[in-house]
Amino acid sequence: MLFKQIRIEKLRRQLESSAMSARLAKGGHLIDRDSAFDFSFNGRRMSGFAGDTLASALLANSQQLVGRSFKYHRPRGIMASGVEEPNGLVTLGAGEFLEPNQRVTSIDLFDGLAAQSQNHWPSLEFDLGAASDIVSKLLPAGFYYKTFMQPRAAWERFFEPLIRRAAGLGPAPKERDPDTYEHFYAHVDILIVGGGLSGLAAARLAAATGVRTLVVEQSRYWGGRSYVDTARVDGRKSDEWVEETIEDLAELEHVQLRLRTTATGVYDHGYVLALERAADQGLTKAPRHRMWRIRAKKIIMATGAIERPLCFGGNDVPGVMLSSAVRDYVVNYGVSPGDRTVILTANDDAYRTATVLIEAGLSVPAILDLRPHSEGELANTARDLGIRVECAAGIASVVGRRTVRGVRVCSSAGEGATSDEIECDIVAMSGGWSPSVHLWSHCGGKVRWDERLAIMRPDRGNPPINSQGLRLVYPAGSAAGELNAIDAIQDAETAALALIGDLGLRRPMLSAIRVDAVAEQAPMAAWLVPNGLTKAGRSKAWVDFQNDVKVSDIEVAVREGYESVEHTKRYTTLGMATDQGKLSNVNGIALLSRTLGTPIGDVGTTTFRPPYTPVVLGAIAGDARGQLFLPTRKTPIDEWHASNGAFWEPVSAWRRPYCYQNGGESIQDAVNREALKVRMSVGILDASTLGKLLVKGPDAGKFLDMLYTNSMSTLKPGTCRYGLMCNENGFLIDDGVVARIDDETFLCHTTTGGADQVHAWMEEWLQCEWWYWNVFTANLTEQFAQICVAGPNARDVLEDLGGMDVSEGGLPFMRWKAGEVGGVEVRVFRVSFSGELSFEIAVPSNSAMEIWNAFLDVGRNYEMEPYGTEALHVLRAEVGFIMIGDETDGTVTPQDLGLDWAISKKKRDFIGKRAQERAFLVNPNRLRLVGLETTDPEVVLPSGAHAIGERRNVHGHPEMTGRVTSSYYSPILNRSIALGLVERGHKRMGEVLQFAVGSDLISTKVVDPKFYRPGAGN
Amino acid sequence: MLRLACPYCKIEADETELTPGGEAHIKRCGPGSSDTEFEDYMFNRSNPKGVHFERWCHTFGCGKWFHAARCTVTQEVFGTYRAQTLKPPKWVLNAILKRRPEWKGSK
Repeated sequence: MLFKQIRIEKLRRQLESSAMSARLAKGGHLIDRDSAFDFSFNGRRMSGFAGDTLASALLANSQQLVGRSFKYHRPRGIMASGVEEPNGLVTLGAGEFLEPNQRVTSIDLFDGLAAQSQNHWPSLEFDLGAASDIVSKLLPAGFYYKTFMQPRAAWERFFEPLIRRAAGLGPAPKERDPDTYEHFYAHVDILIVGGGLSGLAAARLAAATGVRTLVVEQSRYWGGRSYVDTARVDGRKSDEWVEETIEDLAELEHVQLRLRTTATGVYDHGYVLALERAADQGLTKAPRHRMWRIRAKKIIMATGAIERPLCFGGNDVPGVMLSSAVRDYVVNYGVSPGDRTVILTANDDAYRTATVLIEAGLSVPAILDLRPHSEGELANTARDLGIRVECAAGIASVVGRRTVRGVRVCSSAGEGATSDEIECDIVAMSGGWSPSVHLWSHCGGKVRWDERLAIMRPDRGNPPINSQGLRLVYPAGSAAGELNAIDAIQDAETAALALIGDLGLRRPMLSAIRVDAVAEQAPMAAWLVPNGLTKAGRSKAWVDFQNDVKVSDIEVAVREGYESVEHTKRYTTLGMATDQGKLSNVNGIALLSRTLGTPIGDVGTTTFRPPYTPVVLGAIAGDARGQLFLPTRKTPIDEWHASNGAFWEPVSAWRRPYCYQNGGESIQDAVNREALKVRMSVGILDASTLGKLLVKGPDAGKFLDMLYTNSMSTLKPGTCRYGLMCNENGFLIDDGVVARIDDETFLCHTTTGGADQVHAWMEEWLQCEWWYWNVFTANLTEQFAQICVAGPNARDVLEDLGGMDVSEGGLPFMRWKAGEVGGVEVRVFRVSFSGELSFEIAVPSNSAMEIWNAFLDVGRNYEMEPYGTEALHVLRAEVGFIMIGDETDGTVTPQDLGLDWAISKKKRDFIGKRAQERAFLVNPNRLRLVGLETTDPEVVLPSGAHAIGERRNVHGHPEMTGRVTSSYYSPILNRSIALGLVERGHKRMGEVLQFAVGSDLISTKVVDPKFYRPGAGN
Repeated sequence: MLRLACPYCKIEADETELTPGGEAHIKRCGPGSSDTEFEDYMFNRSNPKGVHFERWCHTFGCGKWFHAARCTVTQEVFGTYRAQTLKPPKWVLNAILKRRPEWKGSK
């Protein structure tokens, strides 16, 4: 073990000394050399500057190697400088701040940043998982799918644990994220995505119209690539022009500018999500990320373009980078990725990199141009600087495994016979530029293949449209496929003017922007280097770097029949990594087309889906966490419950006392005590959560006759009736007591959880079906508190308080009265859900505590105690009353529950009546409500337990004949009781069934659901 | 995310303010209807690729039900109108035909 550690340490030191990337003595447009930051990578202390990204800071500290590949654990280095980076994924922070899979190129460096590399064991430099690279022949395309095949045990015991350990990115955080996130709503006329030259050119015109304009830019600076690519704008240096333009725009009240804000998705009807990285991790109490929820009338997509890699043997070795990234690091960050850079290109743009490197005092041993000729101004400038330029040349393979040590040069045609070997530590490659068309595609815009430029570009004839069927998104500049700065600006201005015209706005009187840029020669479509790369070479030429997909994998997929682009993608996992194929998409499609022998335009593309770059889940949740996710509803008596030992139970969004625990009492003991108290003396319940819906109007009775299964129009004012409500399918959905207040007014009580739905249900029928009936509804649930006083002594409690005649004659069962009790205006309903003498007292919520305390005061003489929801349940089950949601589950009719008495035979129609006539609902074999008594009275059946029937199914297993719907211990009966639904149950009284509980069978007798019959009262 | 104009309170309502209610203009079948009629009423929907009349409730707004004519493919909205009607109003049909001249009507 010790020996191994020493070896690893030695390797590490070797690597450090051989790494060549470093900070240059001068340069670095974006960094502030006066402001140094300390940070750490894998525990090693490093330093960088304000303005660095983590990627540039790592390179400045000679850290080219940043991770291991997903499948083969090959060493991988930083390849790009923007959001397209496939390799540089790190875990940021630790503990509660831990955040996996963050792109080093998108992390703005901050002081104290701590990053860890991922996907290796035991260390980044020495990874045992890399053995899978050696056996990579055993892990072909579709490997995951192939492991699903027989034998089954191989997947469960071998492949799955192996894949889970070997693959995967960073670890998921285990602790709650302490950072805060917020959502922000914005309504704008014009949204401009992208703050490069094109975006700003469009913004300048949009702003001049005076309409609300929002410009978002994902990076922390304006101007995009303009500074690095040295265009001159309106006779000035591009950065001066950018600065002036931003200053002008910032002064306008109707224009908003946001940096570090990525438009992650465009959705229907101009809805756009944009993620603003408002603060760095853990640094402030203010929101870390702000999710902008934007409605835009029109959208300018000035999202630029992303450089494509080239496919050649060893193109994944650390040190092989995008040509534009090499340029960016030198110009923007004053960082040299290496001392000697060989450039491999199929276009003119990469020559800019050569010039930049020479100007920074670095060496460019050769430019290998895949095209047969390169005679443009950029190429000639490179030649003038003395750089060796080889046309029709490519790279046969890369020398080196952990770092680039050189390249073997070959002809761009042919199989790759080496003509020369050049020593270098960086390969800068450029396969051309791909417009960033993602946002265009998110919402239905089509793309088309441009054969001449070898790019997938937005098809302006098939744009994403808005709710009016009109163009929603306007591509502008290089995102539209205009890759040269002169063309791009012109295109952006044209697009902006078209948009302004479509909005019906006046065309602003601004002169066109003049851009000085060098003309470029046509690029070449180069998919494989060299064109006839051998089979061995194709299995070392990567297409998707993050997901380890090689040229050969695409060929395997096609050979095995996965020819559609969507199938190839899924079979090979091409483009399915966290970078969503930003680098690999076009190369993948082109190689598929080449393998199939089908033109690229006919191969089609996979669908781009949001988000453009990954979004932290916290940002999607925003403020909706903890208490703000679903606020708890509380009754006006809630505080009293809280200070009197309430053990809470959530009931829909409410919290209700399940029971009140006295001292060290167990929950079961508390429930037993409370239920017994109601049977023996008197209990008091906060029933305020009960739904209370007022239904009023000349047609109210007629309406309720349709809504309830029984008749409500015949109810006399002052009386109450228990009613059932079904849906159109005939199934029971709610129940409760309806009280008629006066000729035109009914008060409908619903279940706690049903109040809002039933109210909505009433409104739906009134507005959509019987809109010509004169009825109004109002949900008064929170306006009234409701208190239930139940038990043999209930009447005495009310009488002691005084004010209302509640005698049997004064207030008979199923009647209600308005008046005063204890000096408080109340309605008293003589109804019962326990079988005991019981009064429900409704008071305006503000008076709830007054009368609650008054009841408690006089109740002392009767040792009255509050009871909770569980005692309520026990009491109702003892007398065989059903509970919506226990005895019903959306497939149970009132008839199933033996409630035929509450279904009108006389009414021509009610909701659910027609459905209840259907054959399967009148089938005599349906499950029916029964009582269940276990043979052993101490055994309480679990709710949901099934009774084993005599029939066998096709597998020879017994079929179930019934189930337990609610189950309790009854303290008054001193035994367990349960309600259940059993096939033809009402005809099977006395039969003993076996309920399966785990591996036990519990014998249980089918009985009448009315277990207990209270004495006097009701 | 859709945005529909509520024909009652006239505001452009985000989909998050709305509750969908399925196909509009379904005729209720009560007692006396045949099994086939009742099945159609309860379960069978036109589910078109194209113009669809549908019910929405401005639940987190004015609470009113309304109807929308929408293209299920492109999400174009041809019009929204109050629910107290048995069929789409003429102006909505005209708006549909203006943009979908080939449309033959629903069902």
